[in-house]
Amino acid sequence: MFQFKGHQPMLSGQLVLRLFSMASRICMSRGSAGSGVIGPVEAAIRTKLEQALNPEVLELRNESGGHAVPPGSETHFRVAVVSSRFEGLSPLQRHRLVHAALSEELAGPVHALAIQARTPAQWKENPQLDTSPPCLGGSKKSRN
Amino acid sequence: MSGSLGRAAAAAATALLRWGRGVGGGLRGPGVRAAGSGGSGSSEHLDALVKKDKVVVFLKGTPEQPQCGFSNAVVQILRLHGVRDYAAYNVLDDPQLRQAPSWPSSEQNHQMVALSQEARHLGIKDYSNWPTIPQVYLNGEFVGGCDILLQMHQNGDLVEELKKLGIRSALLDEAKDQDSK
Repeated sequence: MFQFKGHQPMLSGQLVLRLFSMASRICMSRGSAGSGVIGPVEAAIRTKLEQALNPEVLELRNESGGHAVPPGSETHFRVAVVSSRFEGLSPLQRHRLVHAALSEELAGPVHALAIQARTPAQWKENPQLDTSPPCLGGSKKSRN
Repeated sequence: MSGSLGRAAAAAATALLRWGRGVGGGLRGPGVRAAGSGGSGSSEHLDALVKKDKVVVFLKGTPEQPQCGFSNAVVQILRLHGVRDYAAYNVLDDPQLRQAPSWPSSEQNHQMVALSQEARHLGIKDYSNWPTIPQVYLNGEFVGGCDILLQMHQNGDLVEELKKLGIRSALLDEAKDQDSK
């Protein structure tokens, strides 16, 4: 655990990252949507990103199982795309390229898309698909 | 860990309340604005909203009660940097959505989601040309979603961008304290 230096009024940076890493345990303990079966949306995402960005690495994970949607859903995804086409582009520009490739899916079934857009050099430094923060219920969470 | 989280969250909440600004009372804390139902979706309206405050975020839920893990991440990052006064618009807080019946079977769930998706997002997706929530604006300029904000937080860019807005990140003070020990 991280150290506490007396009274700490702000959440430490490590805590933010732990909020993210907690999610992987939660997501894996629930059966993930499809349990390894690749659905049509996932297949389409992969194909389109391959065509648009010619990636060296493409890691795609259906995270729908960790959210308030029915089993087998293909609504929440996380993708890491490693492509030299990202060289010289800002994060915003990179994400927009990914969005453009997946405009149909994003206008349709995909509600959430977490993106890591890296150049090959950046990926080498940290070759890892991050994990998403835990779902907080979305619009189905009842409010008092 | 939950104990420390509780203390930190409580301290942050107290800080927010002490700051004192706000629109009406109620469940929304100070700094959280209501977008208003009138004119929602028009680009002039949204243009005004994103320029009205230095830091503007569009969330699912509120900073006090985020309803999405990604939106919560944005809230936590801002909290970490000590950004207390920012405008947060809840895209779920749409009058049309409020009048919708309760969620019935899962099939109708999908229909409801499809119908309300268009209605509920204040037109912000079209305005930003960005397909998801949360969305972050700094100084009237679109910055990105949760992934980009997290990246900026991790590589120090966020501290710099806040500085340009005249906001001193709390992390700078933390670093100073640690150096002086």
